[in-house]
Amino acid sequence: MLRIGGSISTGWFLAIAGMVFAALLGLWFLATSSGWVQPLFLPSPSNVFNSLVDQARNGELWGDAKVSIYRIMVGFLVASAMAVPIGVLIGTYRFWEAAIEPLVDFIRYMPVVAFVPLTILWSGTGNMQKFLIIWIGTFFQQVLLIMDNTKRVPLDFVDFGRTLGMKDRAILARIIFPSAAPGIWDSMRISLGWAWTWLVLAELVAATSGLGYRITTAQRFFETDLIIGYILLLGALGLFFDQTMKFLGRRFFRYEAAGR
Amino acid sequence: MSQARKVEVRGLGKDFASRGKVVRALDGAEVGLSENEFVSLIGTSGCGKSTLLSILAGLQEPSRGAILLDGRPIEGPGRDRGLVFQSYTLFPWLTAQANVEFALRGNGMPKRKRRDVARAHLRLVGLESFADSYPTELSGGMKQRVAIARALAYRPEVLLMDEPFGALDALTRQVMQELLTSIWEQHKITVLFVTHDVEEAVYVSDRALVMTNPPGRIKEEIEITLPRPRSHDMLSTPEFAELYGRVLESIRSESLESAGFGAGP
Repeated sequence: MLRIGGSISTGWFLAIAGMVFAALLGLWFLATSSGWVQPLFLPSPSNVFNSLVDQARNGELWGDAKVSIYRIMVGFLVASAMAVPIGVLIGTYRFWEAAIEPLVDFIRYMPVVAFVPLTILWSGTGNMQKFLIIWIGTFFQQVLLIMDNTKRVPLDFVDFGRTLGMKDRAILARIIFPSAAPGIWDSMRISLGWAWTWLVLAELVAATSGLGYRITTAQRFFETDLIIGYILLLGALGLFFDQTMKFLGRRFFRYEAAGR
Repeated sequence: MSQARKVEVRGLGKDFASRGKVVRALDGAEVGLSENEFVSLIGTSGCGKSTLLSILAGLQEPSRGAILLDGRPIEGPGRDRGLVFQSYTLFPWLTAQANVEFALRGNGMPKRKRRDVARAHLRLVGLESFADSYPTELSGGMKQRVAIARALAYRPEVLLMDEPFGALDALTRQVMQELLTSIWEQHKITVLFVTHDVEEAVYVSDRALVMTNPPGRIKEEIEITLPRPRSHDMLSTPEFAELYGRVLESIRSESLESAGFGAGP
C-alpha cells in the first residue's frame, strides 16, 4: 500500500479518505464537548449542523445559495465564452499571441482584490459588480490556460491537415479545437473552483444577498456556527460542481479512456 | 535517364538560421523517382533526410532548387502527396474508420462512398475488425497501419514515409515491413521511404539512396536487385547480405566521419 507506484482498491481508497474526515470530525467533537475551546470560537459539530438545518427550514439557505450560484454561472459562462476563442486563437497564431498574451499576463498579476473598490465605483454593489469580479478573476487565467492547451496540440496533426490540402480555418476548427478540447474542459473545471473564491470575496465586501453576505451578517451577531456551516457548505458546493464537470468531461471525451 | 521521372528533386538546398549562423541542412540534393518505384532514403541521424521529405511534402520551403511532380513544380502541400509520419498522428477523438474517412473529405465523395473506401483500406491493412476502435485501444503497430490506410485511401500520386516504423519494437517493425511490401507489390504506388535502418531499407525498396553528412545530398545510389515478391526468408540469402553490406558500408563511412574518426581505411 505504501510503495511508490503501488495501487489500492477503490474500496480502500474510499475507506482511507472517509477515515480522515471522520478523524477530523471526531477531533472537532472532542475539542468542543470537553470545553477545551469556547463555542464563540468553535461551536460543536451539532450546533453547526443545527444552524444549517434551521437556515434551510426558514428558506434563507436556499435563497442565499440560489443567488450565489446564479452569479457564479453568469460570471463564469461569460468569462469562458470569451476565453475559449481568444485562448485558442493566441495558442494558434503567433501574431495574436504577441498582441494579447503579454497584456493578459500583466493583468493577471494585478490582484483581483484590488479591483473590488473599482468595480463598486463602476457598477455599484449589485449583481453586475459580482459578475465583474468573477470575470476579472477567471477570464485572464483561463485565456492563458487555454492558450497552453492549444499549444500542446501536436504540430504533426496540423502538418497532416496541411498535406490533406486543408485551409487554416478548417485546420483550426476540425483539428486544433477538437484536439485541445479535453484540456480546455479541464482548464475550465479548474477555473470554476477559483470563481467561487472571487464570488465570496465580492459578497463579503459589499452585498445584500448571497452566501458571502450571510457570513458577514453572521459575524456581526457572533453566529460562529452559521459562519462555519456556510464555509462547509461552500466547500461542498465547490466539490459538487467540480465533480459534475469531471463527470461531464468523462462523458464528452470518452475516447480518452477507451483503451484504459 | 531518358524516361520522364514521376518525381524529380533538382539541386535542393535548405538552410536554417541557428544562433545567428546559417546551417546548411541540405545542399545540392538530387533525387529522381520513377513511377511506382519504391525508393528508400537512408542516412545517419541529422543528415537532413527528414527535412528533404518534409520539403517534398510541401511543409517546408526549400532555400534552393526545385521539385517536379510529373514535370510540374510543386508549391506547398497538396493531396497529390501523402505523408505517413513517424509519430502517431491518428486523431484520438475519432475511431479508426473515422480517421480514414477524415482524409477522404476533400475528395468530394458522398458519405456512403467514403465509408466504403475507408472500410476497404482498413481491410487492406488487416484492421477491418478494429474499425470502431479509438486510437487509445490500438497498439503502436496498429496505429501505423491505420495511418498507412489513411494515406493510401485518398489516392495520392506519391507516398512519403518518414520513418513510419521508427517508434515500433523490432518484431512489430518486421511484420510492418512485410505488410507494407506485400501491399505495395499488389497496389503499386511511387514511394519515398525515409529510414535509418539498413535492413529495412534493403528489404522494402527497389533502390536505396544513401545521404551524406550535412549539408545533405545523395552520396550513393544502390539498386536493390532482390526479386519480388519479397519475403523474410530472403534476409538469410547471400544476395541480401551483400546488399546489406554495401548500404551499411556506405553509411558507416559517413557516420565515422561525423564522429571524427575520418573516412576510415
